[in-house]
Amino acid sequence: MSPGSETSAIALDVRDLRMRYDTTEVLAGVTFTAKRGEVLALLGPNGAGKTTTIEILEGFRMRSAGDVSVLGIDPARGNEAWRARIGVVLQSWRDHKYWRVSELLAYLGRFYAPFATAEVARPWNVDELIDVVGLAKSANAKIMTLSGGQRRRLDVAIGIVGRPEIVFFDEPTAGFDPHARRDFHDLIHRLSDFENTTIVMTTHDLDEAEKIADRILVLDEGRIVADGSADQLARELTTGAEVRWTSGGQRHVHAARGGDPTAFIRDLLTQNGDVTEIEVRRASLEETYMALVQRAESAASRRGSPKAAAPKTSDLQA
Amino acid sequence: MTGTTAIDARWSAILAGLSRGWIETRQSFTETANIIGHVFFPVMSVVSLVMVRGKTVPGTEFSLAAMVLPGLVGFLIVFGGISGPTASITADREDGTLLRAKATPNGMLGYLVGKIVMFALTTLLSLLVIIVAGIMLVNNPVLDARAWLLLALIFVVGMVSTVPIGVALGSLMKSSMQAMLVPLACALVMLASGIFYPITRLPLWLQWLAQVFPFYWVGLGARYAMLPAEMVAVEIGKSWRTGETFAVLGVWSAIGLLLAPILLRRMARRQSGSAVTRVRERIMSKGY
Repeated sequence: MSPGSETSAIALDVRDLRMRYDTTEVLAGVTFTAKRGEVLALLGPNGAGKTTTIEILEGFRMRSAGDVSVLGIDPARGNEAWRARIGVVLQSWRDHKYWRVSELLAYLGRFYAPFATAEVARPWNVDELIDVVGLAKSANAKIMTLSGGQRRRLDVAIGIVGRPEIVFFDEPTAGFDPHARRDFHDLIHRLSDFENTTIVMTTHDLDEAEKIADRILVLDEGRIVADGSADQLARELTTGAEVRWTSGGQRHVHAARGGDPTAFIRDLLTQNGDVTEIEVRRASLEETYMALVQRAESAASRRGSPKAAAPKTSDLQA
Repeated sequence: MTGTTAIDARWSAILAGLSRGWIETRQSFTETANIIGHVFFPVMSVVSLVMVRGKTVPGTEFSLAAMVLPGLVGFLIVFGGISGPTASITADREDGTLLRAKATPNGMLGYLVGKIVMFALTTLLSLLVIIVAGIMLVNNPVLDARAWLLLALIFVVGMVSTVPIGVALGSLMKSSMQAMLVPLACALVMLASGIFYPITRLPLWLQWLAQVFPFYWVGLGARYAMLPAEMVAVEIGKSWRTGETFAVLGVWSAIGLLLAPILLRRMARRQSGSAVTRVRERIMSKGY
């Protein structure tokens, strides 16, 4: 069977993925799937396990346990034909600084040509690709002369030069100005809508995840704490609601756990005749996420390092 | 996928690697930082030829410069073969070039072909500079058809026996700072390898040490190619020891070709986005 002719609807299947370094567990059983053409955002604070997850999916890191399938193949055993169907955009490239933009794209594209199929023409035409990522003016520039944002655009172009069926982006818009960010979002939509490319990106920017992802996975301490669209997430994550009221001339506050404060309010009203100025407030998704990030950051600073390898988890069973 | 496609893909990667080698060779002669690296040793060599002009090989009437010239040719082959790949593999690891190759189908194959082409071409060009300088500075160097043929053979054997060693060393080095020790060590070994001075005049233990490394043997091969037959008198055992030369260089080739792929693969396996990020953070905080 030639690469790319596989028509399975599932592009990505991860079951109970675990990663452990010595005694710290970085991933404590991560399970999710992605359909073809889906845009998936892995959202979470630093140290949540986003990069580890994406590196295992890219085939650059061996997992400790669990089952992983990317385009139907285990990344730990992915061959060159599998590699040709994958696009990778990492955080910090500084490579090929003496090369020119179009020169490097043409060179890298040559490796993908033998993997072209009837359905997928590989590689992407260099001039067209340079246009798509908005580097037309810098096509002949030496890579070392590009600005940070232009360099990221080039990284994106390299990531998709082989017309991959799935692309992994690690913090793709870090260092982008609003205009570049908008261009990137348009490109993601183009890839997923017109090319049916599956996109997996990590980000710690909730706003961005809400804008471009079909589905958001929130990772925290090596686990998925929420999985769904932005709307589903808002319902799933923001379980806390606050009830405030005035009774006997005093202001009261109650944090209703479990999400639904209706029962509490019913009891309050039947037991208490003089309740006035009742107010129910549900935390927004943003507030909930910020609380999660803050907790992760203070946990990291307690450990003495802002970029600690991994957060401790309460559950260390393998 | 079928076997034919896999072979097609590898062939494409080799062709892409050839173009990579050519592009990087071109770059290495247009980027100032790289030019210095290429020009330094040829210039030093020419200077040393000028300095020994008029002197004779101790105990003979033979021009010392004529004896130093083939030694320099040998040195450049070995030095280029070992220190070039070492430096460029550590640098390519630190800036993400190797990871990029790994993320590309058959990218490592293209990368390696590119490196071999680049080191062969740049070393050849340095050699040309020295030989042209030698023709102008040395009286009657032996440069007939036999000499050119032997030089070509020495070049090929020299590269095959040293480039894999350089690749292996580059894969072992933890940083480009460490990799800078390699040319230093090469220079030390070179001093004891009979390039500027007949090896037979050195202490016996040093002679034995020198004969372990490829420097002496490639230099000996170059002298065999470029010196008149009577100069064999100042060599060890009064012989060009052609058989021993190929045997020792053969052993180095075998060691290198055996170790290089294993070490390179082991090193490449560890490359990931976070590994490159860690190096970048180290360089930003420590400066190296």
